[in-house]
Amino acid sequence: MEETRLMKGNEAIAHAAIRYGADGYFGYPITPQSEVLETLEEQMPWETTGMVVLQAESEVAAINMVYGGASCGKAVFTSSSSPGVSLKQEGISYIAAAELPALIINVMRGGPGLGTIQPSQADYFQATKGGGHGDYRLITLAPSSVQEMADFVFLGFDLAFKYRTPAIILADGIVGQMMEKVVLPPQRARRTNEEVARQCPWAVTGKPSFRDRNIVTTLELEPAAMEVINDRLQEKYRVIEENEVRFQTYDIEDADYLLVAFGSIARICQKAVEVARSRGVKLGILRPITLWPFPSAEIERISSHVKGILVVELNAGQMIEDVRLACHDRVPVYHFGRLGGIVPNPQEVLDAFFDRFPEANS
Amino acid sequence: MKEEIVIAGFGGQGVLSMGKILAYAALMDGLEVTWMPAYGPEQRGGTANVTVILSDSPISSPVLDSYDTVVALNQQSLDKFESHVKPGGTLIYDSYGIHRRPERSDIKIHEVNAMEATFGMGNSKTYNMVVLGALLGIKELVPMEAVIKGLKKTLPERHHHLIALNEAAIERGMALVKPD
Repeated sequence: MEETRLMKGNEAIAHAAIRYGADGYFGYPITPQSEVLETLEEQMPWETTGMVVLQAESEVAAINMVYGGASCGKAVFTSSSSPGVSLKQEGISYIAAAELPALIINVMRGGPGLGTIQPSQADYFQATKGGGHGDYRLITLAPSSVQEMADFVFLGFDLAFKYRTPAIILADGIVGQMMEKVVLPPQRARRTNEEVARQCPWAVTGKPSFRDRNIVTTLELEPAAMEVINDRLQEKYRVIEENEVRFQTYDIEDADYLLVAFGSIARICQKAVEVARSRGVKLGILRPITLWPFPSAEIERISSHVKGILVVELNAGQMIEDVRLACHDRVPVYHFGRLGGIVPNPQEVLDAFFDRFPEANS
Repeated sequence: MKEEIVIAGFGGQGVLSMGKILAYAALMDGLEVTWMPAYGPEQRGGTANVTVILSDSPISSPVLDSYDTVVALNQQSLDKFESHVKPGGTLIYDSYGIHRRPERSDIKIHEVNAMEATFGMGNSKTYNMVVLGALLGIKELVPMEAVIKGLKKTLPERHHHLIALNEAAIERGMALVKPD
């Protein structure tokens, strides 16, 4: 049954995963996402749906458990925060190379290094440009509300299975720790072993008499064969780029200037837009929901009728590179970012905007 | 209707729970809510604060620079947030341990002796509910029945026998103040 609750984004992830009918979670605690594991332990889904919840000995172990579970066609996921997600990168590259579905959640905190436990968006490059080795991509979903934390668990798993590729929810400490109203979807049954074998003919589910063994490997020493594998991956990524771009726009129809922001920062920017509009300044926002594939075509389209773009991020300037590529330097593109766990308020965003575009004030 | 509130005090005073009960009550009353804590190390023995926004339409930023209502429960919080009350807004503070009183003349200021009232009730753990009562006595943000529903949702079932005590604390707080 659908249910309306008040909860943190991290809690919503746990509840949504159980309701999706996920088969397993493997993780290791780290602030600001520890409530994912805590909520799962509290809910004890192993007693209801049969979902496995395991606190691994490390992040590296957890991602390799995901690799194993995904190889068997199971809906498995892991969550962590920035330093922990760095540890998982080798495993993520393997999962992408082996063309397995998996869901990874990063509730970002300030880095580099161990950094701080406060919110950040400084893992944009890591998520969208391949944090591990090799030419692979992660479908990257950026939630801006507790509702989207829940919704994107469903979307992330669905896309991961549709394309047999890992997806990542790139959240931040704000949306992880904030409580909001969330409508949780009805409970779905976990797939039976027979359903898994039917839906995932590639999965290692035991060798039946009618086919050869399925083997999951990422090793191919023959360059010509390895190039074929790479070509197949790239072909798949083009299909994803064509079909899975998601974004949201506010007030762009008559906008003179555009803000581009993702995740919870987009909501801070929305408030800044409300204030600017009340002063007669025509600001609009584009919020990429998929950071990869990036909404380049829409940004290119909007850039033809605005005077300038301000990219607002909790980092030193990462998504701005994709925005610049999208609008071919047709308009000035500036950046405003706070680092190390500092979150700007709407007024600071507005001040930064007028600092970069003083002519907008007249 | 939109009310942007920050509640600030010492870690352990029940600032986050008070915000949570208020948020739950608003949800029960059909409103949109956000509850955004300062979740840093500052919670351990230092100051704690939570931003609660109640609205009848979707809420944009959960992070704010100015508030309709500031509830300050110690000197640091009063010093930090007094200047962030919107002109014409409301500042509620507990006078217990306060040596520098608020100075602004363009806002409504309510001094509430919630700590003393709580001592009088003989259970210091209900302090945050006395404060919540004072807030709701000054600003009728949500009806009492929604607050009780919020308490039921927030408290684990084994503590439900404490709801009457909390309700009494809320009413004690309401009796300390006059509406804005």
